[in-house]
Amino acid sequence: MSLDLLLLAALDGFSYAGLLFLVSLGLTLIFGVQGIINVAHGSLYAFGGYTAASLVIWALEKQAPTWVLLLALVLAALAVGAVLGGIIEIGLLRRVQDKDPVLQLLVTFAAFLMFEDLQRLIWGATPYSSSEVVAKLGNISVFGVTYTRYQLLLIPAVAIVCYLGLLFCLRRTRLGKQIVAVAHHREVATALGINTKRIGLITFVTGAFFGALGGAIAAPTTSLVPGVGTDMIVLSFSVVATAGLGQVTGALITALMIGLARSIAVYTAPEMEVAVPYLIMVAVLLVRPNGLFTVAQARRI
Amino acid sequence: MAALVHTEGLYLAFGGVVAADGIDFHLESGERLAVIGQNGSGKTTFINICTGFLKPTRGKVFFEGRDITRMGPRHIVRLGMARSFQLPQLFLEHSVRQCLEISAAARSGRLCFLTALGRSVDSREIEHTLELVGLRERADEPSSSLPEGQRKLLDVAMALMLNPKLLIMDEPTSGVASEDKHGLMATLMCALDERQVTAWFVEHDVDIVSRYATRVVAWTAGKLFADGSPAEVLESEVVRREILGTA
Amino acid sequence: MSRLLDLRLLTVAGSLLCLVLGLAFPWSKTPLIVGLCYGIAALGVAAMVRAGQVSFGHAMYACVAGYTVAFLARAWPQLDGMLLIMGGIGTSLIAGAVIGVFVVRYRGIFFGMLNLAFCMVLYSVIGKVYDVTGGTDGLRINRPTVLGIAFERDGFETALLIGTLGVAVVLGVLVQRYFQSASGEALAGIKTNETRLEYLGLSARKILWNGYVFSAGIVGVSGAMFALVQGLVTPDIGSWLRSGEFVFITILGGSGHAIGAFLGAAVFELVKLFAAAYMTGIWQLLLGATLIIVILVAPQGIVGLLLQKSAASKGGGGH
Repeated sequence: MSLDLLLLAALDGFSYAGLLFLVSLGLTLIFGVQGIINVAHGSLYAFGGYTAASLVIWALEKQAPTWVLLLALVLAALAVGAVLGGIIEIGLLRRVQDKDPVLQLLVTFAAFLMFEDLQRLIWGATPYSSSEVVAKLGNISVFGVTYTRYQLLLIPAVAIVCYLGLLFCLRRTRLGKQIVAVAHHREVATALGINTKRIGLITFVTGAFFGALGGAIAAPTTSLVPGVGTDMIVLSFSVVATAGLGQVTGALITALMIGLARSIAVYTAPEMEVAVPYLIMVAVLLVRPNGLFTVAQARRI
Repeated sequence: MAALVHTEGLYLAFGGVVAADGIDFHLESGERLAVIGQNGSGKTTFINICTGFLKPTRGKVFFEGRDITRMGPRHIVRLGMARSFQLPQLFLEHSVRQCLEISAAARSGRLCFLTALGRSVDSREIEHTLELVGLRERADEPSSSLPEGQRKLLDVAMALMLNPKLLIMDEPTSGVASEDKHGLMATLMCALDERQVTAWFVEHDVDIVSRYATRVVAWTAGKLFADGSPAEVLESEVVRREILGTA
Repeated sequence: MSRLLDLRLLTVAGSLLCLVLGLAFPWSKTPLIVGLCYGIAALGVAAMVRAGQVSFGHAMYACVAGYTVAFLARAWPQLDGMLLIMGGIGTSLIAGAVIGVFVVRYRGIFFGMLNLAFCMVLYSVIGKVYDVTGGTDGLRINRPTVLGIAFERDGFETALLIGTLGVAVVLGVLVQRYFQSASGEALAGIKTNETRLEYLGLSARKILWNGYVFSAGIVGVSGAMFALVQGLVTPDIGSWLRSGEFVFITILGGSGHAIGAFLGAAVFELVKLFAAAYMTGIWQLLLGATLIIVILVAPQGIVGLLLQKSAASKGGGGH
């Protein structure tokens, strides 16, 4: 493979990985703290995307400047994260807190199904496009290859900011430490006086925000149709499972790995492109079922 | 004649704790061996090693002269060793009767796909065993609904259903009401004699040990340090001091 | 034994109802067949749920079977429908046997995830290899003969309805007998105490593998028949969403008894039809709501409710 192609693949992969990581971040955070695999994360992505697209289209009509458009993306994500995330956590997850993990997962799957229909009722089936945002940021040339600034710079930047922001919060703030405590051992955390209910809600809404932000940021790069959530949830799940459920930094590395592998496949074996993340997932799970970055625990009897 | 079970230099450590420190042990067919020792002294770990659940870092285990050190529990059970546990290992969503039926079906090594479980085993044998451990009345209740003592009994009964050559019981009477302990042990030992099964049991109750064991070994800090008849071992000063806590 | 009689009655009544509806309302044949296929697939998933393991990738076996039917029908158009179905079952059994070797080493969420991963690999590849599989457009399957007779559309559907009904009843009985056999009860033992199984001299992996291959074949049957009734097979037959729907139906109906799969499928199809009649585009909304309600109120499914009722009237516990 020529150097040009390799470079192309690397940059493609880098951008794609940024988006992938952003969506996976929310999923792995929620699992890490609450032990739930949130299938409705796909809905958060989709709703984030559609809301962002709608907001951008409205803002464009008002001749809004570019920074407002970008802000609209974030605001859309915040709104969706708070509202949808809140509904799911308070309305649903709290009621199934003590049930079998499979039932918890199925409840989120049921919620996902419901949101798929709601999404179609609200936005219909016609594709939503907000690509003007990308156009407004212009292009950039790297070693003779042209990229949009949006995909090459903005998306990874948002992903990195979110990653660093989350790490900072978890390690340095009081809230963050409480979250880590709940993640490690819920009962002990309660015994220490931590309001686990509140922590659960905050974590979930934060994870939901990340998922919605992924959708919002992705919206200008694609045309939104019903089904975007379906593909994204299983793809981000493959990242999370490969990295190890609950591993934040692991998810970053895995997203990069999968992003790169996928874009190399696009240029060398295009039929396998979509299958690449899942092939990696199979390979990793067969060898390390706990994921690449989880430390295994011994079994006791 | 080769010993039923014997070990040579068995060694296993968990981090800094030596659970088995060079154990040389032997058990003859027909013995009723009681194992005493304080909690954490290595009695259960030794059983885990002999039954294939744990692998020692050094040393070997033999059953009827055959090296079973690297074998898993499944194969060792097939050779004729059965065991019950400190924490009874039952099929919690099955009834008492079904637990025994599954054990009986397992004995043959081949499980039917279409014949109902109850019909693929000898129901008289099941009834007999239920009677033996006093679980006849509760036979159709879920095993999870049994109180601790009866769970132990079921655990032992399941192991007995395998018609083993050696039955290892980890604290069979703990959790059983005091007034029932002797009756239970008497019945168990009788059944074992009847079937010519060698018994090896871990026990804390000194009365039970002196009444039902033909040989006693004492454990401390991963080492075997007393071995003899109940009279000898239980009267020994060292044992009284280290294990029984009496002067 | 009165409960057994009730179930047999229910099965006979249900089957007759299907036949009567199908013959009286020709448009209902396809939904009935589809519903039965979903029920059969859920039966396969239930076999694994019995062992406490939930697979989120079992639709891959429907996919394998469905595409086998399509490939065979295109290569040898004169093949009878029965042979096509046999072919589909064969490949899904082989696939199950091979994949099963890997997945039975895992439990719980890992089992679920690995199955999902295999399922997605197949789905992704099939969707992309346009020249071989028709990509996302899928492959058409021309109506084959059934037992030598070349039917028109209506007759073909009637034949399929009777066939699917027959298969559903036979498989239901087989699976229920399997559940109650020594093998099936040992399979259920994996859920509660694998250590004990090992200490009884049994190989939990072998028992699970047996159950897994059986479940793959069952889902394969559903896939083969589904492909025939649609006359078309697309990658969606093996999507994770489809796998999720199978699990959904299994939980809805309850895995305590084989009939649960069909009760769940009946509710599933009824909600779909109801939603379609009133307003298209809300069937997922209603289904999602139904599943949530069931999980909150009756997590053991419809069968669980029925078992509870009969236990209460008998005054005892039991399995």
